[in-house]
Amino acid sequence: MRVSVSWLREYVDLPADLPTGDLEQALVDLGIEVESVVDLRATVTGQLVVGEVREIEELTGFKKPIRFCRVDVGDANGTGEPQEIVCGARNFDTGDRVVVILPGGVLPGGFAIGARKTYGHNSNGMICSAKELGLGDDHSGIIVLPPDVAAKPGDDARPVVGLDDVVLELEITPDRGYALSLRGLARELSHAFDLPLRDPALAPAPTGTQTPAYPVDVRDPVGCDRFAARLVRGVDPTAPTPSWMQQRLVTAGIRSISLPVDITNYVMLELGQPMHAFDADRIVGPLVVRRAEPGEKLTTLDGVQRVLAGDDMVICDDSGPISLAAVMGGETSEVVDGTTTVLFEAAHWDPAMVGRTARRHKLFSEAAKRWERGVDPALPLVALERAVRLLTEHGGGTAGAEILDIDHVRPRTPISLPADLPTRRVGVEYPPPRVVALLERVGCTVAQGADRLAEDPGAVGVASGAGVALSVTPPTWRPDLTDPADLVEEVVRLDGYDRVPSVLPTAPPGRGLTPRQRRRRAVAGSLAERGYVEVLAHPFVSPELADLLGLPADDPRRPAVRLANPLSEEEPLLRTTLLGPLLGILKRNLGRGHRDLALYEIGAVFHPRLGAGSPPAMGVDRRPTDEEFAAADAVVPAQPVHVAAVLTGDLDPAGWWGAGRPAGWADAIEAARDVLDAVGIPGERVEVRAAGYAPWHPGRCAELRVDGTVVGHAGELHPAVVAALELPRRTCAMELDLDVLPPAPVTPAPTVSGFPPALIDVALLVDESVPAEQVRRALEAGAGELLEDVRLFDVYSGEQLGAGRRSLAYKLTFRAPDRTLTVEEAVAARDAAVAVAAERFGATLRGA
Amino acid sequence: MTYRNDPYDPKQVALLDPAALAEAVADATKAFTAATDPDALAALRPAHLGDRSPVSLARREIGALPPAAKSDAGKRVNEARRAIETAYADRAEVVEREQAERVLVEERVDVTLPFDRRPRGARHPLSTLMESISDLFVGMGYEVAEGPEVDLEWVNFDALNIPADHPARGLMDTFHIAPEGSGLVLRTHTSTVQTRTMLSRTPPIYVIVPGRVYRTDEIDATHSPVFHQAEGLVVDKGITMAHLRGTLDHFARAMFGPEAKTRWRPHYFPFTEPSAEFDVWFPEHRDGPQWVEWGGCGMVNPRVLRACGVDPEVYSGFAFGMGIDRTLMVRHGVSDIRHLFEGDVRFSRALGTGA
Repeated sequence: MRVSVSWLREYVDLPADLPTGDLEQALVDLGIEVESVVDLRATVTGQLVVGEVREIEELTGFKKPIRFCRVDVGDANGTGEPQEIVCGARNFDTGDRVVVILPGGVLPGGFAIGARKTYGHNSNGMICSAKELGLGDDHSGIIVLPPDVAAKPGDDARPVVGLDDVVLELEITPDRGYALSLRGLARELSHAFDLPLRDPALAPAPTGTQTPAYPVDVRDPVGCDRFAARLVRGVDPTAPTPSWMQQRLVTAGIRSISLPVDITNYVMLELGQPMHAFDADRIVGPLVVRRAEPGEKLTTLDGVQRVLAGDDMVICDDSGPISLAAVMGGETSEVVDGTTTVLFEAAHWDPAMVGRTARRHKLFSEAAKRWERGVDPALPLVALERAVRLLTEHGGGTAGAEILDIDHVRPRTPISLPADLPTRRVGVEYPPPRVVALLERVGCTVAQGADRLAEDPGAVGVASGAGVALSVTPPTWRPDLTDPADLVEEVVRLDGYDRVPSVLPTAPPGRGLTPRQRRRRAVAGSLAERGYVEVLAHPFVSPELADLLGLPADDPRRPAVRLANPLSEEEPLLRTTLLGPLLGILKRNLGRGHRDLALYEIGAVFHPRLGAGSPPAMGVDRRPTDEEFAAADAVVPAQPVHVAAVLTGDLDPAGWWGAGRPAGWADAIEAARDVLDAVGIPGERVEVRAAGYAPWHPGRCAELRVDGTVVGHAGELHPAVVAALELPRRTCAMELDLDVLPPAPVTPAPTVSGFPPALIDVALLVDESVPAEQVRRALEAGAGELLEDVRLFDVYSGEQLGAGRRSLAYKLTFRAPDRTLTVEEAVAARDAAVAVAAERFGATLRGA
Repeated sequence: MTYRNDPYDPKQVALLDPAALAEAVADATKAFTAATDPDALAALRPAHLGDRSPVSLARREIGALPPAAKSDAGKRVNEARRAIETAYADRAEVVEREQAERVLVEERVDVTLPFDRRPRGARHPLSTLMESISDLFVGMGYEVAEGPEVDLEWVNFDALNIPADHPARGLMDTFHIAPEGSGLVLRTHTSTVQTRTMLSRTPPIYVIVPGRVYRTDEIDATHSPVFHQAEGLVVDKGITMAHLRGTLDHFARAMFGPEAKTRWRPHYFPFTEPSAEFDVWFPEHRDGPQWVEWGGCGMVNPRVLRACGVDPEVYSGFAFGMGIDRTLMVRHGVSDIRHLFEGDVRFSRALGTGA
């Protein structure tokens, strides 16, 4: 909402010398956000004066017609002689009064005006357009002052064009519709500066008459609980909107259309009552206010044909709907150039209905904005009176004596407010008389009013007010005040938020982070320590990603949660794997010249509950039962937290110390194993197996299992995926589901023996297809309790071993807890280990 | 090899001559002094102290002497030998020390060579900030609560006193989940976890909720469709706005230094009443000390308590929330929110190590 301070001053006598900073602070302290304060007085410097055009000489021979003018600027130029000015505009005649900036002045944007020679003449200043003065976008010509403006040549032009004002741009919160009006803002300022308010809504207005101004049938008093109307006949259709009104509309960002329409907008700005002006001669038969028939059509003022829903309200005549109630009028009944009979309508509509209609038709008109936020139902007759007076004053015509007022507005029920509730909720001592005084100030009626409390403070338990309830009826313009808590806010808001003290509450002992939260931190820290860089990707992905990753048709990562209104139509899905977005970030980094990259992300993936349907409807008047909430919760997509890492280039870079080491499939698997380590899963419960799983290389993909459950995959990406995503060759990746990992057990302490170890190396010849992991397990199983460690230190295959065979060399460490092992004991244990490997895989000792 | 003393040989007996012994000592001392490293010194040892060395040969001559002369001669030989041993030991100490010093000089390296053999990893600064916020509140006895990012509209809106037709719902710029009527949204605020926490726990409730939220904002320097919030919720007996202010002041000092303080502006949130937006005074702001918009707060609306099964006659509560991204940007002077989500490793590496 944009308003000028001069308009506000009509309702509240703000101090003449009030600094704009104080004004801004006062509004902010009352909960009205100030987006900007523009002091128009400072936008144009130097002499900006009214001039009267005396002579116009048309200059020819230039690319465009140019005028050389002599303009009377009174004594403003110091000589009293007409000022000679070259002007490119043509929308003025001799005798017109214009706005002139004299040499030395500066226009908005730092545009300095001087005397200069142009088009063969000396030009001493400039005749200004509205745009040049920063008053709007109108650059179709220079400003020609209307005849009703009293100003003579040489006068300061600032007051004349509205440059003597301060314009406030305010952001009104959705609860306070009344503040979308001069009336409401002036009320707030009257609170801030403790000044009396001249409430324009209290102006006298005649009440409804027996005979209606126009026959109207309101068929849905829920959607429309008040409908008032008056006629003005014999209006001069050529009467212009007065310039002061136009200026205020323009400041508010509303286009001037015609006098009757401008008046409805003006009254809306002033009082907060949206209105509509019909051309009564273009209405056929009586008006009916009803819900629309689904599918009914109406062409609104913006020229768009709208298909209506059964929830929309319409105003109809015999021809059908002529207005989309509360939101926008229709073309067939609007005021046009020749309109002489105007029917003003001021109604009161159901805010929820208007909100739905506005959203359905994407019509967020100024009227709809106010209806949604709540309009004072007491306004219609005052608004009509104001509109009728303005129209007859500026457009002639006669106001009809009949006043229609169909009023179904229900009186407000009082709110019971414990007198000590503000004190209990805010932590500031508000004596009951203070509570009452503040509530009365915002317009509430308090049954136990301030006067009575002052006379008999004992009646309300004086300071504490304990046990006493105040009966508070909010004013008609505050539909947002419905609960005791709303009244508490009014008390603390007017008393000042800065009075609330600072007291730290003491929480009961907490239990710290949950194991799951600690686990995520451990994983994140461990990967970062390993050289991986954490990133946070947006989760939006394209439907093509599943194909690019080569996911099979029945892959559970194919069904995805879809956004109804994605930012980009190309990425309407939520990720089912972290890899897509993470590889995107990898590519961005590559594009920026990074070559060696190891990235990771910890985040949720989204799996829809297929066939879950819609959640059951739940109210808010009570807690849903556990069953109700469980049924609703069952619809919410599964959102397990995953960790994923991707890597390319060198993991260990080359340098003065020697060659680098490229990141490979083994690093990805190591990263995955590190995560399981960091989470505290004992190694013996982890199993790594070869697997074929997209998007990995079928020969270089490990499946990681914990207690037999697959928890994720790691390895090198499939060459086809790498090609499709245009990634560097041999890009590697891993992804684990952190949520399926079992809780870390309490690890039993190892026996740390002080006796020396016996070290024995064995090289086993096995078939190439035998996984090293299985051989290790066999050795462990065979070696028995004396085995402390098995370490694979060499893998060798060569011709002398025979095709399809390889040698795995292990260092076995044996140790006893209670004695130094003899060579015989160690050898026996080794033989037992090798025997199991031989039995399971046909392993033979190399060189034996 | 054995050496026989007889028959008597006057040449050998001459070895016991005091002058000869003195010469042997002098020769040895001179030779030792000329040695400059332990190996060279060790190589001299057989010639001067070995079996064929003058002092060893002299000792053998003693047996040939008349008994009366044996004692004197033995003493002389022993003294000479000791003198040579001492000279050897003294010199050994010197050359070993010199050698040790030489090695230290020879083994010198350039310690300024770059050590980037293992590139540094990093946490994301938003993650570490969320963790430090969590830690602050955990230290005050709060627990860290979490909830799903795709959640029920009822949880995100209805239960928080934002009815379907309320303009506040329209202002939230919500991502809806298809199909229409799914009843699901990408949560627009972490306040969903207020709902879920109150449904699943009984007061007293003291929780902090860091998390990811979504709005349909086009990406530019100050907007991102994905951002992060931290939300605090306290529900207990006798909770007041003063407790809210105390908590926010404490939080502000932890995030923005001991001079930080908060300022409130009345505002509207459907789920709190009274409500405020709050600014924080940040003395170390990149552009000089100033107030910075930080978040929203208020007393939990009794309607919300009721919808979540908490008796508003018995309990009251406060809630507050702020943008973590914004906090990070203000604290570190990040000018473009896109840096937080583009994933450029330079950004995380620069900011992802401190807390």
